[in-house]
Amino acid sequence: MQQKELIPHLYRTEFRKITAVLCKLFGIEHIEIAEDMVSDTFLLAAETWGLKGVPNNPAAWLYTVAKNKAKDFLRRDTLFNQKISPEIQHSTAESHEIEIDLSGKNIQDSQLQMMFAICHPGIPPESQIGLALRILCGFGIEEIAIAFLTNKETINKRLFRAKEKLKELDVKIEFPPEAEINNRINNVLTTLYLLFNEGYYSSTHDQVLRKDLCLEAMRLTYMLIENESTNQPPVNALMSLMCFHASRFEARTNPKGELVLYDEQDTRLWNQELISRGEIYLNKAATGNELSKYHIEAAIAYWHTTTDQGIEKWEKVLQLYNKLLIIEYSPIAALNRTYALSKVYGKEQAIEEAEKLKLDGDHLYYTLLGDLYTDIDDKKAIQNLEQAVKLIRSAADKKLILNKIKKLSG
Amino acid sequence: MKEFVMIYRNEAMPEAKYSPDEMQNILKQWENWMGSIAAQGKLVNQGNRLGSEGKSIKPGMIITNGPYAEIKEMIGGYTIIRADSIDDAVEIAKGCPILHVGGNVEVRDIILMDR
Repeated sequence: MQQKELIPHLYRTEFRKITAVLCKLFGIEHIEIAEDMVSDTFLLAAETWGLKGVPNNPAAWLYTVAKNKAKDFLRRDTLFNQKISPEIQHSTAESHEIEIDLSGKNIQDSQLQMMFAICHPGIPPESQIGLALRILCGFGIEEIAIAFLTNKETINKRLFRAKEKLKELDVKIEFPPEAEINNRINNVLTTLYLLFNEGYYSSTHDQVLRKDLCLEAMRLTYMLIENESTNQPPVNALMSLMCFHASRFEARTNPKGELVLYDEQDTRLWNQELISRGEIYLNKAATGNELSKYHIEAAIAYWHTTTDQGIEKWEKVLQLYNKLLIIEYSPIAALNRTYALSKVYGKEQAIEEAEKLKLDGDHLYYTLLGDLYTDIDDKKAIQNLEQAVKLIRSAADKKLILNKIKKLSG
Repeated sequence: MKEFVMIYRNEAMPEAKYSPDEMQNILKQWENWMGSIAAQGKLVNQGNRLGSEGKSIKPGMIITNGPYAEIKEMIGGYTIIRADSIDDAVEIAKGCPILHVGGNVEVRDIILMDR
């Protein structure tokens, strides 16, 4: 039984490291070769360890085998040799032996550089997340398929196209130049936030997997914080935001795995340690002159970690949503602003504002209207909730709304 | 969708005094109004609030003091929005807090250059 747990564990922690180092060495156009090589290494490990026993230092074993595979490959493959090898050999100076550097420092650098390569605005967001999960987080294709509620074939196709795009764009695996770093970090943060949200809001029922996605997004964000040149205020703000959200992980689902709405959560289940971590990062984010959308979202998330239900809280939240929307419009922020408005100025005024949003086609819009009309015009509330049910895809969300309708009709 | 500018005008009221709470309330009204426009995806540019220092230059190099276009009424600021039509823009302008303090809003369409 030990092997069964060991390999997936190592796959998750080591695949990404070795792949990043090899890919950096080979160039992005050979990302598949790097990936295959590391997959092969793991297969060989499984067979060898099964036969002869697990070595004392399994990770070191993997590194050595991957290194040898890479060297063999560079020697054998003439085509590859002609195209790539001169450059590699050149970079390793006099020594004719190809050096494959699997030191902690190089692994860290390669992974960060890989992050910048993958979080490229030229690649569709869904593909970026897929690639990030595969290359930066070492997820198997099957896990990614479950996370996206689709099949392996679709994911394989998506990743293939994304890799083709990386080649086409000739993306370099390197740190962006100093002048560009802020801009490029923004792209990376967008992807990391999407990755986090994929876990936080995903419709998959696999709770472990969902948590994993969020933790991975936090781990990658932490890598940016650990590195001096990428340790910027917006990065800390995003980290703070993630900590605040993640603090409610245990509270937002019941033992049956069903979603529990914010208002109905048992606040004793909120993770106080993550909340105070979030506060630390929020303080660290409070330097410089830039007020990013992550700063504002982190501040909103902070208020949501307070159990205080007074008007002051909602006034602050409303103010922050006003600011956020001015920086960047999004339907979800528009809806949340209206909710906050209802808490401060009452439901009637919020209904008036909601009607202006024109978000027909969005089930959350009708859910909000349903909530706002509740106790004011229950008939209208039901109508809106029924409209929401028609538009909802996730079964769990549908059940929540159907329960609300039931309560209102009963 | 077309773009419109909302031009805020008010009488110069140096004597108007508001309590801190009232001013806080005015601030909040403006914030919420901006937020409301942004929540509809219709905010192009918050624009600016203009100060009270100003001079007008007229033919013959006649320079007059004061920022007033008409007698005592001055342009206080502007915001650029996106709206389906002038009527839609007018609907938005109806929410302008300046209307509660004796001011008015002029809505004008913006001629866009082909890009």
